[in-house]
Amino acid sequence: MSISAFTNASVPEPHWIAEITPQRGLFDLHLGDLWRYRDLVFLFVRRDFVSVYKQTILGPAWHIIQPLMTTVVFTIVFGNIANLPTDGLPKFLFYMAGNVLWAYFAGCVTKTSETFVANAGIFGKVYFPRLVMPLSVVISNLITFGIQMLIFLGFLAYFYLSGAPVRPNRWLLAAPLLIVMVAGLGLGLGIIVSALTTRYRDLRHLVGFGVQLLMYGTPVVYPLSSVPAKYQALIRWNPATPIIETFRAGFLGGGQVRPLDLAMSALSVLGVLAIGLLLFNRVERTFMDTV
Amino acid sequence: MSTMISVEGVSKKYRLGLIGGGTLKDDLNRWWARVRRKPDPRLKIGQEHLAERMGEEFWALKDVSFEVEQGEVLGIIGRNGAGKSTLLKVLSRVTAPTTGRIRLAGRVASLLEVGTGFHPELTGRENTYLNGAILGMTKREIDRKFDEIVAFSEVEQFIDTPVKRYSSGMYVRLAFAVAAHLDPEILIVDEVLAVGDAAFQKKCLGKMGDVAKGGRTVLFVSHSMAAIASLCSLAVVVVQGRCAEPELPSCALARYLASTPPRSHETRGRYITKVELISCGAQSDAIQCGDGLVVVVRLGDTHGLGELHCAVLVLDADGARVVVFQNSMHSSLRLTGGPAQTIACEVGSLPLVPGSYTVELKLSGPAGAIETVERAANLTIHAADLLGTGKTPVRGQGYIVLPSNWRQVV
Repeated sequence: MSISAFTNASVPEPHWIAEITPQRGLFDLHLGDLWRYRDLVFLFVRRDFVSVYKQTILGPAWHIIQPLMTTVVFTIVFGNIANLPTDGLPKFLFYMAGNVLWAYFAGCVTKTSETFVANAGIFGKVYFPRLVMPLSVVISNLITFGIQMLIFLGFLAYFYLSGAPVRPNRWLLAAPLLIVMVAGLGLGLGIIVSALTTRYRDLRHLVGFGVQLLMYGTPVVYPLSSVPAKYQALIRWNPATPIIETFRAGFLGGGQVRPLDLAMSALSVLGVLAIGLLLFNRVERTFMDTV
Repeated sequence: MSTMISVEGVSKKYRLGLIGGGTLKDDLNRWWARVRRKPDPRLKIGQEHLAERMGEEFWALKDVSFEVEQGEVLGIIGRNGAGKSTLLKVLSRVTAPTTGRIRLAGRVASLLEVGTGFHPELTGRENTYLNGAILGMTKREIDRKFDEIVAFSEVEQFIDTPVKRYSSGMYVRLAFAVAAHLDPEILIVDEVLAVGDAAFQKKCLGKMGDVAKGGRTVLFVSHSMAAIASLCSLAVVVVQGRCAEPELPSCALARYLASTPPRSHETRGRYITKVELISCGAQSDAIQCGDGLVVVVRLGDTHGLGELHCAVLVLDADGARVVVFQNSMHSSLRLTGGPAQTIACEVGSLPLVPGSYTVELKLSGPAGAIETVERAANLTIHAADLLGTGKTPVRGQGYIVLPSNWRQVV
């Protein structure tokens, strides 16, 4: 007895650093792993950024042309033809503010929703935390958004200096928070869809026009104040609504800031993100068997 | 020495027919059908009996357990579809096991296929960083090893050229170089040795050897038996999702060869009633070059034939006699006619050039030939690293594999 105890003691128990089991806890998200792979996130971001514009004439200028053209078209169609109100703000700035932020959201949702299907090849060969992919998408879209934001700020400065009725105010300071909320919402919805598309490919078709339709359910091309009372409640339930409204209110001065709505929106974002992470975590373990 | 990998009762189940199946509508339809206890609407009429098949389970791995110590190079052998790749996928965390537990005492890097994540538009330099990070290196680690990687890959000149302009050889060399410079405690290698020219392959094998000598653990899957025999310290055979304990590569290879069901031979003549080839204790019609072979011959009633001579002949595919074994020439065994008897001819080592052979049996008496059984058995010789160089002669380069020393005299 004592001898066997002695032999046992002389063989050190190996220090396991990883354990692979069929199931893992619902909330066992392995975020530590994600941190260890942070360099990979940024290399993917770099790859996305560099590869998209290689062998193009205009290169990153496309980041600028895209929102400019959209804003011009919105200004003509919604502002001048449909004559939608803009809370008394310059139409161009009004549409640009909404469009730039919405484009970020739409980009995050559509790109992250393709995570599993688009990366099945690489996921089937190497392990790294799958969340690296959607995160890198959100960050590379953030860079695009940043460039577009600069253009927007340029126009804002021009309009402001030439005496247009814009009044940037203290809500402007909420902008970083709003951007994080948009990113969180986009990421959350995107990974929910990505987790479900491993089983139901139909959802891929839904995402494209779903996001487009959702834009009309969000005060992007119209101010919340112009929405008839019977639809107001409905549109205010949309977690993106307070974000866009506050964003515009901060930079341009129009629109309505409702802190309570904003808090609700933040809660919804956290909820969506949590559901997304849970679904994603469940699917990433075995999706290779179904894709 | 400490245990680096511990695999306990790991199984992996796939469901046949349901993989990748379907749309949301299909699932809703099936669910609705289940609720109403109607047959599955996705099945064609008359195929209801297939319903069971649709959900049929397929165990790609079944209760696999083994341990690997630090510094071992464990070879994994098995036929296509035996479960090797699934085992590697589970070990490298690409997919989760259905049951069981795997514990790892170190970082794992897998080279299931080199060049994963290479982007054609990016330069060699950019891809090195990206690929390195995908395989689990941090940016700082890659910074430190960058020069070494580039030197190993032999593409220095083109490191700032997009990889889409690389030749396929350069591409693969760079990809392998990145992978080879990972410093994981556990390295999983699958089939990467099929890349590059002979010189580069040699370099790769050398690199793998270094990795193991550096106290790291390597799992190595290959179809090249010579590579397994020369590189691995232990090997396991995966057969239909199951695997035995790790054992010496030579025994594992013998077991692997024996895992092919031997073809049955309806011999025989009046006196020679049965001929069996046995290798490593099991019936087998395939051995590795240099392995031993036992030919068991059963003789029926031979009363009145007097003194007998039994000869075992090995013929190559062209029918040429490669080697002959005879009881009265090779041993002191004397055979005389009498009741049924079984004799065995044990050959310690049969270093024939890899290929297909047939075994012929001859029985003769004082008056001459009594019986000949042509094609008493088929024998396949597989390549093995008998010369210690990883190379083996092939058909047309003689019949026997013999070692020789070469040196410069003047």
